[in-house]
Amino acid sequence: MDALLLARMQFAANITFHILFPTISIALGWMLLFFRIRWLKSRQAVWLGSYRFYTKVFALTFALGIVSGVTMSFQFGTNWPGYMETAGNVAGPLLAYEVLTAFFLEAGFLGVMLFGQGKVSERVHLMATFFVALGTTISAFWILALNSWMQTPQGHEVIGGEFHVVSWSSVIFNPSFPYRFTHMMLASTLTVAFLLAGIAAWQLLRGAGNAGAALLLRVGLTLGAVVIPVQILVGDLHGLNTLEHQPAKIAAMEGLWETTRGAPLLLFAWPDEAGRGNRYGVPVPGLAAFILTHDWDGEVKGLNEFRDEHPPVLPVFVAFRVMVGMGVLMLLVSWFGLWKYRRAGWQPERLPRWLLGGLAGMTFAGWIATVAGWYVTEIGRQPYIIYGLVRTADVASDVPAPMIATSFALYLVVYLLLIVAYIAVMKYMAEKPEDVLETERREQAATTPGAMTSPVVAENPK
Amino acid sequence: MSFDEALPVIFMALMGVSMLIYVVSDGYDLGVGMLMHRAEAAEKDVLVASIGPFWDANETWLVLGIGILLVAFPRAHGVVLTSLYLPVALMLVGLILRGVAFDFRVKAKATHKPTWDRLFFSGSMLASVAQGWMLGRYVSGFGEGWNYPLFAAAIAIALPAAYVLLGAAWLIMKTEGELQQKAIGWARLAWWPVAIGMVLISMATPWISETVRERWFALPGIIALSAIPLMTALALYALYRLLGTRVVRGPLDWLPFALMIGVLLLGFLGLAYSIYPYVVIDRLTIWDAASSPAALKFIGVGVAITVPMIAGYTIFSYRVFRGKTGELKYA
Repeated sequence: MDALLLARMQFAANITFHILFPTISIALGWMLLFFRIRWLKSRQAVWLGSYRFYTKVFALTFALGIVSGVTMSFQFGTNWPGYMETAGNVAGPLLAYEVLTAFFLEAGFLGVMLFGQGKVSERVHLMATFFVALGTTISAFWILALNSWMQTPQGHEVIGGEFHVVSWSSVIFNPSFPYRFTHMMLASTLTVAFLLAGIAAWQLLRGAGNAGAALLLRVGLTLGAVVIPVQILVGDLHGLNTLEHQPAKIAAMEGLWETTRGAPLLLFAWPDEAGRGNRYGVPVPGLAAFILTHDWDGEVKGLNEFRDEHPPVLPVFVAFRVMVGMGVLMLLVSWFGLWKYRRAGWQPERLPRWLLGGLAGMTFAGWIATVAGWYVTEIGRQPYIIYGLVRTADVASDVPAPMIATSFALYLVVYLLLIVAYIAVMKYMAEKPEDVLETERREQAATTPGAMTSPVVAENPK
Repeated sequence: MSFDEALPVIFMALMGVSMLIYVVSDGYDLGVGMLMHRAEAAEKDVLVASIGPFWDANETWLVLGIGILLVAFPRAHGVVLTSLYLPVALMLVGLILRGVAFDFRVKAKATHKPTWDRLFFSGSMLASVAQGWMLGRYVSGFGEGWNYPLFAAAIAIALPAAYVLLGAAWLIMKTEGELQQKAIGWARLAWWPVAIGMVLISMATPWISETVRERWFALPGIIALSAIPLMTALALYALYRLLGTRVVRGPLDWLPFALMIGVLLLGFLGLAYSIYPYVVIDRLTIWDAASSPAALKFIGVGVAITVPMIAGYTIFSYRVFRGKTGELKYA
């Protein structure tokens, strides 16, 4: 394998691993704030219990996000040194703002949020939770601004092969940014909705269920049922935006090899790059044309218009179907589940076990949809790193292939181990929620030097 | 010097300060991590609890430092990180293992806890050794020849030792009783490699780099400059003597940590003086490597607004978790 492909695979492995965790922590941060506020308003112990349990999940998720994010900050330079040399004036400040306004904010208040119970007032603790949630969202804002700029660059000029910014507001609010940001925020929300419902369903199946599980099943299903139609609408708008700015990506997503009027929607097919055609196609006549142009006989550009500058078709085509398929499944399951649960009078024991099993099986459904979506958008940008302007091959590092292969293997082993450990620990925590809370009490006792609780400080005031 | 020409200097200083804060703050985290295997099972929890609320924010300084290298000196970033490709990968694996072990060790099944503790220890060790190696390679300008890797290897031992000493000093400040007594012992053990390492490195750096030699051994500068090694020696000596006294267990428990910060600060100043105005010694000056002034100004505005806020909530967090780390209460 050549060094470029290895560098891309290594980077892809890392960002794939990384995005799993922010996808959960962005929406989960706000969910924690919601639990906390409900607890303060209602004083029902079940909300506090939910808050405590999911704080543990958040801490674990956040730690994995941090360590893989730190890795990413180095890999920009180790894998794509030419990228920063050509586009550093655009990418650099956006990344710097992410560190300054988001990373420090979330990391700074996370300690107070996790260990500050009893050491700071209820108000301050609530503020800390708010700042952590805000930090994760600001982080997403900057990184998606940069990513969207790479898809739909504007607001810059190129002087002597180097990018210089003309207008920061047009760089940040580039044409695809509003769509991509909204799409990602909703993806995170859906991921958390199915996580809550899935873990609750697992607890109910395993007899570890309590009032918290019944409540969170309802919260998760409701959230999923409300958000998924919005996500489908936003996804459609995002697609139309892509058609306008990156028609080659759309052609690959649709497996459309020739420019066609009234293009069919391929429910399934196997694109064949060498033969420049599809095998085993299951078409719905005219539907792609209707979705993309809102006209059954509209014209959609095919891959023939973008010879040598369109992405590899197969992965984009398949990933797009995985994402959409998962979205449709989420719609069906959340609506059906919510309807069933309501009819059961919110009594989880009256729900059929296969429904709970299905929900438990979809605990990480959001991950699959999100990763597939990112593959569509990122592989779909190839062969460019900055769409239409800079090719990925031109900015790769000259690190020898064996060195990249070694570190790639190393990262892969660590990542696989951590994914397995993460899911195993989540399962363990779900089955033994009381152990988790017990550990929390011990942890807080150990980190409580605070004047209010510790006898040591009271005897030995500083 | 016009403002545009001064900008790279400002950013070099910012990068240096971020890296210094990283070395001090994550240095004590990593040092405590490397002491894990010497602590009893119950003490391990106290060790981790003493750094638990801080480590996320501490590691962020590394992201900021490397981020400034990336955004303000993109050409140097390419040279440095390409030369250090494998040690960077090893350091990252170390930081990954250490970082996740914080959470996994208390959330996984109790039978898995010792495994995560071992990963906590080895992750901390791997990251520290890799950082020492990288520092050694960086200071010596990535030179080729038998003596350069030897120099880097020496720092790959000395830096982890300094982290252990710093970590032990942190524990002296944050713990009490038997554990504090142990921490004093650990600090004493780590003191020797640090002191010997400092002497060797101070002698080897001018030997290995002509630029550094010319800079330090020219009259009259040498008279003023000699303050740096002298003060370092004094601080280390005071630290050693202090470890033998009783006050270190009482009102002066913060002093070993403060002295170690002083030692690292002096080392940083010496390094900065040796390297400036290069960002990669003898190869790239900070002006060769800098981004456009427009980009630097845009970041500068952000820095000016956010760094005081970051300082504010960092101090807030240290105030919330001030004082001794509590004993474990199995309620």
